[in-house]
Amino acid sequence: MNERALIDDEHYEHTLRAEHTEIIDRENIVYEKPGTLIDIDMHYCPGCGHGVVHRLIAEVIDEMEIQSEVIGVAPVGCSVLAYNYLNIDMSEAAHGRASAAATGIKRVMPEKYVFSYQGDGDLAAIGTGETIHTCNRGENILFLFINNGIYGMTGGQMAPTTLEGMKSTTSPFGRDVATMGAPLKITELIAQLPGTYYVTRQSVHTANNVRKAKKAIRKGFEYQKLNKGTCFIEIVSNCPSNWKMTPIESNHWLNDNMLPFYPLGDIKVPKNGGK
Amino acid sequence: MKELKLMKGNEALAEAAIRAGCDAYFGYPITPQSEVLEYLSREANARTGMVVLQAESEIASINMVYGAAGTGKKIMTSSSSPGMSLMQEGISYIACAELPCLLVNVNRGGPGLGTIQPGQGDYFQSVKGGGHGDYKLIVLAPATVQEMSDFVKEGFELAFKYRNPVLILTDGALGQMMEKVELFPQQERKFEELDWAITGKPESRPKNAITSLHLKAEKMEEINIHLQKKYREIEKNEIRYEAIDCDDADYIITAYGLVARICTKAAQLARKKGIKVGVLRPISLFPFPYDVINKYADKVTSILDVEMNAGQMVEDVRLAVNGKVPVEFYGRMGGVVPDPEEILKVLEEKLVGVAV
Ligand SMILES: Cc1ncc(C[n+]2csc(CCOP(=O)(O)OP(=O)(O)O)c2C)c(N)n1
Ligand code: SF4
Ligand SMILES: [Mg+2]
Repeated sequence: MNERALIDDEHYEHTLRAEHTEIIDRENIVYEKPGTLIDIDMHYCPGCGHGVVHRLIAEVIDEMEIQSEVIGVAPVGCSVLAYNYLNIDMSEAAHGRASAAATGIKRVMPEKYVFSYQGDGDLAAIGTGETIHTCNRGENILFLFINNGIYGMTGGQMAPTTLEGMKSTTSPFGRDVATMGAPLKITELIAQLPGTYYVTRQSVHTANNVRKAKKAIRKGFEYQKLNKGTCFIEIVSNCPSNWKMTPIESNHWLNDNMLPFYPLGDIKVPKNGGK
Repeated sequence: MKELKLMKGNEALAEAAIRAGCDAYFGYPITPQSEVLEYLSREANARTGMVVLQAESEIASINMVYGAAGTGKKIMTSSSSPGMSLMQEGISYIACAELPCLLVNVNRGGPGLGTIQPGQGDYFQSVKGGGHGDYKLIVLAPATVQEMSDFVKEGFELAFKYRNPVLILTDGALGQMMEKVELFPQQERKFEELDWAITGKPESRPKNAITSLHLKAEKMEEINIHLQKKYREIEKNEIRYEAIDCDDADYIITAYGLVARICTKAAQLARKKGIKVGVLRPISLFPFPYDVINKYADKVTSILDVEMNAGQMVEDVRLAVNGKVPVEFYGRMGGVVPDPEEILKVLEEKLVGVAV
């Protein structure tokens, strides 16, 4: 899949220019901030996928009209301040423990929609035990797993998902599989567990992929009402700052390097189409 | 009508959790407290709908407690020493986020994997803040199976009164031994919306966030000042202790938990020999009864502190006494429980012998 055309510079410049055209009539607005997204500056670096995924969560919550029924958990990682951006009840959590905290919430509030929003270091390194056991118990929660192949928050150290040969501050000569292990495809791993109901891998590096990711997030929330098990959505994302790239370069790099190893698409879908 | 039963300490505690209207328990097996998880797994859900979940580790259980306590419901966990060590990061988060919940440590002998025999080596961890940062748990130390039951109810009340985690610090002997216990009546499990809790944001209120993160130093200091103020308030209101035959005593033994009962026996033996000994048992280890001990220090010749460790609470006793009289220490370690005769001997050698 060559989606470079969608993320080329011209497209971005066009988008930027559109922002500066004069204010149009209210009834003609086709794109605005979702109500559940709080209107303040985010701390995310320009071009970072975290902000896009936040927006998608907010859009889905608005469209499903479930703002009062959602409780989110965001652990330590770049997205630890998600509770400042999403206008819903949320809990921060210790590094790696979001799915345990989400389990606690869901068990005592089974009628609510509960999601955990975790980075790759969080979900696939320090929190691997919690991830596997939460999925294995089939907790009726939604995982949003932001895989940017790096420890963003702490300044670009190697993550369990860092690609072979990829440089980070703790793999300065590139990840050496012989001594550092191979990048972990935890999503494929947890899809094996009978507790998971819907497992998919998406990305938000092109407009087309953003649309697909949003559909997946909506399914993840909708399936939760069925009480059939864990929904798990990996979003292959970027970290322009620690990858040391411009946002556009990072999206190209993601497309050319991350996606061949972390292929997009559904990994486990409900047998009856989630009915 | 009184409901009397012969029960193990751990089972009385578990029964009390059900009766106190606890909403959820998350735990992981470890001797000598596994009976709590086992009893609750058997009894709780069918009787009150209480959630009981065996987690994959103590790290997971404490973080399940953290998540669930954020909803404002009555949540608890229990463990024993090595498991409590694993929980410390989570406990620090809970204390900072000011989440009410009940923790139980059925202390065993350490360090390391140690022994499954009783110990009191976790005093420092419990009252000085075992995890990172400046925080305090309210710590209650039962000495009887009756108190193992009563302190569950009282612990939940204190936890919600102060939005603070409460720890019941007991030991393997009390957890395992059987005694008569008068059970309190079943309380209804009822849910009250608390204004800070995460329950799904309705239109009527702003969103709530459970967090312990405040990146700006000034803001984080503000949080610390607020916590410290709360701890001073707790120190003012919630000191609990038992003074046994202290008023006419020439010597006082300080001890907590089961050891205080053994010391009471030693004091009785001493009185038979004409030595006037009292026992001062701190029940709340935080807040610690400093003033009470300080006042008794004016009346006695010397004090003996007895613990099942290398000398931990004795530091607080010495702080309380502030040099007024000598404070001697006697401890057994590694799971050995001292008997009354040996304590009497130490008392005669270290205190009475010196005074004569
Ligand atoms: C117990 C503990 N260990 C280490 C850290 C430091 N730490 C904070 S975030 C983080 C890694 C975050 O990486 P990831 O989960 O991939 O999230 P990202 O920032 O990339 O979105 C680490 C190691 C911590 N906060 N707590
Ligand atoms: S450091 Fe990386 S993951 Fe974090 S906000 Fe910046 S670009 Fe995003
Ligand atoms: Mg990351």
